[in-house]
Amino acid sequence: MKTDMKGNMNADMTPVAVDQGRKRSPFYSRLSALDRLNTWHAWKGYTSTDALYDADLEYFAIRNSTGVFDLTPMTKYRIKGADSLDYVDRLVTRDMRKIKPGRVAYAVWCNDQGRVIDDGTLFHLREGEYRLCSQERHLAWLTAAAIGLDVQITEETDDIAALAVQGPTSFSVMKNMGFQGIEELKPFGLTHFDFDGGELMISRTGFTGDLGYELWIDKAKAEPLWDALFEAGKLHGIRAIGTDALDLARIEAGFLTAGVDFLPADGTVRSGRSRSPFELGLEWLVDFKKPNFNGRRALAEEKRRGSNWRLVKLDIEGNKPAHHSYIYRKTKGRRKQVGFITSATWSPVCKQNVALGTVVMPHGAVGEELLVEIYYQREMHWSRVMARAMVVEKPFWDPPRRRATPPGKF
Amino acid sequence: MTERYDAIVIGAGHNGLVCAALLAKAGKKVLVLEADDAVGGAARTRPFAEGYSVSSCAHLLYQLQPDVIRDLGVKIDLAAKSIATVALAADGNHVRLNGGSVEGVSNADRDSLRDFHRRMTRFADLLQTYFNKSPPRLANGSTRDLTTLARLGFDLRRLGRTEMREFLRLVGMNIFDEVEERFESPLLRGALCLDAVLGTHLGPRSPNTILTYLYRLCGSHGALSAPAGGMGAVSEALAQSARDRGAVIRTGKPVRRVIVENGRAAGVETEDGETFASWTVVSNADPKTTIMSLVGARHVETGFVRRVNHIRMRGNAAKLHLALDGLPTIDGLDKRHFGDRLLIAPDPNYVERAFNPAKYGVYSRAPVLEITFPSFRDTALAPTGRHVLSAVVQYAPYRLKAGWNGEARDAFLNTAIDTIASYAPDLRERITAAEILTPADIEREFRITGGHWHHGELTLDQFMFVRPVVGFAQYSMPLQGLWLCGAGTHPGGGVSGACGRNAARMILADEKAA
Repeated sequence: MKTDMKGNMNADMTPVAVDQGRKRSPFYSRLSALDRLNTWHAWKGYTSTDALYDADLEYFAIRNSTGVFDLTPMTKYRIKGADSLDYVDRLVTRDMRKIKPGRVAYAVWCNDQGRVIDDGTLFHLREGEYRLCSQERHLAWLTAAAIGLDVQITEETDDIAALAVQGPTSFSVMKNMGFQGIEELKPFGLTHFDFDGGELMISRTGFTGDLGYELWIDKAKAEPLWDALFEAGKLHGIRAIGTDALDLARIEAGFLTAGVDFLPADGTVRSGRSRSPFELGLEWLVDFKKPNFNGRRALAEEKRRGSNWRLVKLDIEGNKPAHHSYIYRKTKGRRKQVGFITSATWSPVCKQNVALGTVVMPHGAVGEELLVEIYYQREMHWSRVMARAMVVEKPFWDPPRRRATPPGKF
Repeated sequence: MTERYDAIVIGAGHNGLVCAALLAKAGKKVLVLEADDAVGGAARTRPFAEGYSVSSCAHLLYQLQPDVIRDLGVKIDLAAKSIATVALAADGNHVRLNGGSVEGVSNADRDSLRDFHRRMTRFADLLQTYFNKSPPRLANGSTRDLTTLARLGFDLRRLGRTEMREFLRLVGMNIFDEVEERFESPLLRGALCLDAVLGTHLGPRSPNTILTYLYRLCGSHGALSAPAGGMGAVSEALAQSARDRGAVIRTGKPVRRVIVENGRAAGVETEDGETFASWTVVSNADPKTTIMSLVGARHVETGFVRRVNHIRMRGNAAKLHLALDGLPTIDGLDKRHFGDRLLIAPDPNYVERAFNPAKYGVYSRAPVLEITFPSFRDTALAPTGRHVLSAVVQYAPYRLKAGWNGEARDAFLNTAIDTIASYAPDLRERITAAEILTPADIEREFRITGGHWHHGELTLDQFMFVRPVVGFAQYSMPLQGLWLCGAGTHPGGGVSGACGRNAARMILADEKAA
């Protein structure tokens, strides 16, 4: 542990000791034992693996068997107190009164200007108690939102170990774990089990667009959980995966990543760089029937006046991923730049060249044909293609097994 | 059956009364609900000892806007006008000033003050133009707002190149540096510094204390008067004006909450459980009380709540009331000058030193005071031959580290009396009753969060376009049907009536537009 001499002082003017190193997840011992590539990156203060042995094989574990991803670094807050329902209902744009205990809601939250601060999942753990899970840290905003309400916000990122268990065989793995009644768990449902003398929360959620579960447990029980899981999944192709594989899967599923596909509003400086839920294709999450929620007035106004941007899913010709490309629209024989790609990949499972992008309104309606300027390198030399791209409505990957209850055994 | 009104005004402070009277004048059915047993809020006269009455908070009139008087046709009887100011000196060589003229200083100082006053009143006149207008909304594209903004730029430019630069140089500056440069007499400097910081949580070296000084000059160029019957008489006259136009004023009816229905204000509920319906609810309470207590944070958005919660409004001024069996003797002060305003602020450093402890939650051991003997000109306030002393005493921080208990209050009362007694040695033996209102008492008695009688510090970051908070300077709140009309809004504190008048005009304009 190093001592921070830059001015962090205790009340008695002695320096505060600040650990400046990267944190290790409670699953680090297990992950590092499987690691062959030694490629790690920082994720919200944690060291996190890009890939353990081969990103493509790890991706195929998600689509063909079961991939296990350590999502402990995801920001987690506990929301508790007599006013917790009023609190979350005002915080996010969707109607939280419909989300009963034992249910999970994907939600976005906005500032007063109707600009998206972040998206994430709200777990209604039990009556009057929620967990909010998101990419970015939000304690300042969440604390401000608690002013005048009887609610306590606790940051529990470091205390709760979490694993995503995703893929067609994940249900069988859960069954093998001995979780009675897990077959009844519907998508966006959550339930609790005893595990090793503690409480394990399982939600049927994920970031892959596939059948899958997320497991949440006290960090002290992290290693036993991992071991039991891999034991149970031995015959079902269970594999630990890294961020590269997950990122590929989430693009196929059409899921957004904060900081990539949009910027959290509190982190933008220039005007027009933040987004509203409408501009992210999340209109279905905005419920104007609620009399008050953060951003309501601004969003009602935006609905009246129209939005500036649109998030599009693009099916692009060819097989070269359109990383960081400009998007054009051809009108009257002239090409006009109308947007840019934020996430792109070749989708192995769809056999499609797919991307998420942002285009300026009124462009990007479903069915519209656009052009994407793709640069690629062959033996040092750069080339460019103008690839045709079709705006599609549905996620690229959305298999029926994702929703089937009870899930099929594979 | 709940009775329905066109508008309900919460609080019968002077701004609430002005607002109610103007709405009633426009033909609205108006109800005013006041928690206290009498109207006036912080502009009230009340007894504090048997036979003795005093203006319990504001005690001098200098900002009541001519527009308000004209619109309502009220007539205020004055017991005294053009009250001079005496900066008390320990050696009895006091300095007496009134506006731009001064006695007891060097010729150079006399000339300097004349120039200073001329310039300051010119700048104040510029600000004054915007007193009686809703501040323009920045960047919303409305023609009216753009015109007001353009007008502001034009008015500034019309001062002339030198004066415009001077205005822009001074407006964010502190009064300390300016008076140090301009004047020789420590007493004169001290007096000007005190005027700049009265009623604020600012010392003479704090930024923008020139602005607060200018603010004082808006209305009557700082000419002080005393209404006959104390400040309460002003409120009574405004209340009568409202009643004459059909407004109903009910006292002793504290409002518990604003009723919110389907995302809009729908009426109010009083502490006794009675409800009154209206689609227009106007709060004369301060912004924090209104939003945090009466409406409730859950009915408005988080960013707005955070801003309201951060409004700086911790009072640092106390009010001293003494019942005296006769006038004390002050060395070097002629008896006829007891009708003047007496200041204990012998030099700028004294004022700054008085402020120093307040920053750390400790009251001043050597406070600054603004002292008046209202009974000297207005005999109705005290039994014959007896007198009332009414003084503003600074600094007494709202958040006293030790807490404002009875002991702390008594100690501060004694400190205040001792400070005056050092100029008036026989003061103590003349006192028959004494009362001091600390910011904690002011918070309780006048229902002002933080006990800050301006409903929010008068600083550039809480001034004009951004008062009470950025985005909501136009009196309407981000809850449909809810309005503010108190000192927490533009232009700010002081018995001016401008907030109430501007609010009423915006409410009526909004209705017309709908």
